[in-house]
Amino acid sequence: MRNSFKKAAWAAPVMLAATAPAMAQSMDQKINDMFASSTGWFVSFIFSPFPGTSFPWIVAWLVIAATIFTIYFGLIQFRAFPHSISLVKGDYSDPDDAGEVSHFQALATALSGTVGLGNIAGVAVAVGIGGPGATFWMILAGLMGMASKFTECTLGVKYRNEYEDGTVSGGPMYYMTKGFAERGLPAGKFMAILFSVFCILGALGGGNMFQANQAHAQIANVVGDFPGWITGIVFATIVFAVIIGGLKSIASVTEKVVPFMGVMYVLTALVILLMNADMIGWAFGQIFAGAFTGLGVAGGMVGALIQGFKRAAFSNEAGVGSAAIAHSAVRTKEPITEGFVSLLEPFIDTVVICTMTALVIIITGQLVSDPATGMYLLDEGASTIQTIDGNKGVALTSAAFSSTFGWFKYVLAIAVILFAFSTMISWSYYGLKAWTFLFGEGHTKEIVFKVIFCIFVVIGASANLGPVIDFSDAAIFAMAVVNIVALYCLMPIVKTELNSYLSRLKSGEIRKFH
Amino acid sequence: MSNKIVVGYDGSDSSKATLDFAVGLAKSQGAAIVVAHVLEWSPYSFLTPNELEERHKRRAEELERAETAVLAPVVKGLADSGVTVTTALKYGGIADTLCDIVEAEGATQVVVGRTGHSGLSSRIFGSVAGTLAQISPVPVTIVP
Repeated sequence: MRNSFKKAAWAAPVMLAATAPAMAQSMDQKINDMFASSTGWFVSFIFSPFPGTSFPWIVAWLVIAATIFTIYFGLIQFRAFPHSISLVKGDYSDPDDAGEVSHFQALATALSGTVGLGNIAGVAVAVGIGGPGATFWMILAGLMGMASKFTECTLGVKYRNEYEDGTVSGGPMYYMTKGFAERGLPAGKFMAILFSVFCILGALGGGNMFQANQAHAQIANVVGDFPGWITGIVFATIVFAVIIGGLKSIASVTEKVVPFMGVMYVLTALVILLMNADMIGWAFGQIFAGAFTGLGVAGGMVGALIQGFKRAAFSNEAGVGSAAIAHSAVRTKEPITEGFVSLLEPFIDTVVICTMTALVIIITGQLVSDPATGMYLLDEGASTIQTIDGNKGVALTSAAFSSTFGWFKYVLAIAVILFAFSTMISWSYYGLKAWTFLFGEGHTKEIVFKVIFCIFVVIGASANLGPVIDFSDAAIFAMAVVNIVALYCLMPIVKTELNSYLSRLKSGEIRKFH
Repeated sequence: MSNKIVVGYDGSDSSKATLDFAVGLAKSQGAAIVVAHVLEWSPYSFLTPNELEERHKRRAEELERAETAVLAPVVKGLADSGVTVTTALKYGGIADTLCDIVEAEGATQVVVGRTGHSGLSSRIFGSVAGTLAQISPVPVTIVP
C-alpha cells in the first residue's frame, strides 16, 4: 500500500512532464479562444464600417478631429514648433523652479509611454497589410495628430487636481468633470466615467497585452518557439515587483535605458538608409504611388489609408487622452506651454521614428512584388502582403534590420522587451489613474487593479496576435471616441489660453530666462 | 562696498574644512559669508510617471531636509564667530549654480573644496572645483 502510493507520487510528475508541452500548447489555445470570443463584439462595434463601404467610422472620427483641431488652432503644429523646441530646451524656465518637473522630463516620460512597439511592430503591421502607401497616410496622420495632442495636454494641465500633499492627478476624466461644469455643459461626469472604463481596457489591451504578446514573439524569434504563457509569467512577475512591490530601481533603470535604445534604433535605421541612399528616392516613389493606388494591396488606396491612420493613432495616441494624464504632472503657470511641448510627441513618434521603420522595411525589400506589374503579391488569405520569409509584426521589422546588420535582431529583441516593459509601466499608471477616479484612492483598491494588470500580461503573451491587436486597437480607439467629444466641447477654452499666451509672448511679458 | 565670499558646502567633512578656511578668510578681510548648498539636478534626466507625479512633494521635502540638516547647523555653529552668515539653497548643476549664486549675491570670491561627496564620479565627469575654476566670474579658492 505504502509502496504503491510512493510509486504513484513518483509517476505523477513524470506523466505531467511528458504531457506538459501538449498541455502548454492547448493552454495557449484555450486562452486565445476564450479571449477572442469574449471581446469579438466590442471589436466589431468599434471597427464597423460606414454602411455600404469598407471604411471604419472610427478612422474617419480621428482624422476629422485632427483636421478640425488643425484648422481651429490655425496650423498650430507648424506655427508653434520652434517655440515648443525652446520650451523643451528650458529657455523659458524660471531658474527658481529648478527641481520641479521640467518640460523635457514630461515630454521624455510621455514619449517612453508611446514610443515602443507601435513604432516597431505596429508599422510593420501597417506596411504588411497596407503596403508602402500606408506610410504616407501615417505621416499625414502624425502631423495632424499634433494638433489633437496640443488640445488635450493643455486641458490636462489646466484641470488637474492638486492635492495637499503636493501630488497631482490629471487627465481627460478631470477636464471632463471640471471643464464641463465650468462651461455649464451636462454629462461631464458620465463621460469621465465612460472614459475611465475605456482607459482601463486600453491599459489592459494596447498598454499591456499587445506589449506582452510582441515581446514574446520577439523572444521566440531569437531563442526558438516556446509557449507564450511562460514569457507571460516572467513578465508578470517583474511588472508585479515594480508596480506592487515598489521595486523602483527596475523602473528607473528602464526609464534611463529606453531613451538610449530609442536613439540607437533611429541611428541604426539612418545608417541602413544611408547605405541604401540610392534607393530612398525609389522608396518614396513607392510610398506616394501606394498612397493613391494601393499598388495591389487589399482594399487598394482605402486599405492603405485605413492601415496608415490606424497605426499612427495607435502609435502616437493623439486624441486618445493618455498623454494628458502623463503631462499633467508638470508645474507650470501656463497650461498652454505643456500643450506646445506635447505637440512634439506625435512628430517624434510618428513622423520621425515610424517613418524610419517603414523606410527600412521597404528599402530592404521585405515585401514581395510581382516584377512584371510592380504590384504587391498577397498571401493566401488575400489580406496581407507576402513577405520574404512570411514574417509579420515585429518579426518583419527584425528581418528588415537584420538583412543589413545580422546582429541587430538581438539588439532589437532587447529594445522590444524594454520598450514593452516601459510602455506597460506607463499604462499601468494611466490605468490606475482611471481606476482610482472610478473607485477612489485607497491602497487595497489600487492593489486590485495592479493584480488584474499582471494577470492580463499572461493572457496577452499567450493569445495570438490577431485577437490581441484587434482588442488593443478597439479599446484605445474607444478612449478616443469619448475624449474627442470632450475636446470639441472644451476647445474654446484652449483657444482663449492660446490667444492670451501668444499676445503676452509678443508683447514681451513672457520672456526667455536664458 | 561690502565684501562677500560664497562657500560651496555639502555637509561632508572636506566641505567643513573648506568652511573653516573661508571663515578665517572672512575674518581677516572683514567679509560676509554666503553658505551655498546646491542640490544636484538636471532638467534633462528621465523620470517614471510616478516620479513625475511626486516630484513637487519630493522637492519640498528635499529643500526642507537641506535647510534643517545641512544649512541650519552651520548658521548656528557660526553664530558666535563674529562673521555675518547667510545661506543660499538651489537646484542645478553644481558649478553653474555656484556661479549664479555668486552673481546674484554680488560676491567677490568663491571658495570650494577639492572633493565633494562623489570622488569617483568626479574623476570620470570632471570635478566641480575644476569646472568652477574655468567658468567662475570671480577668483576661486580651492581648498584641498
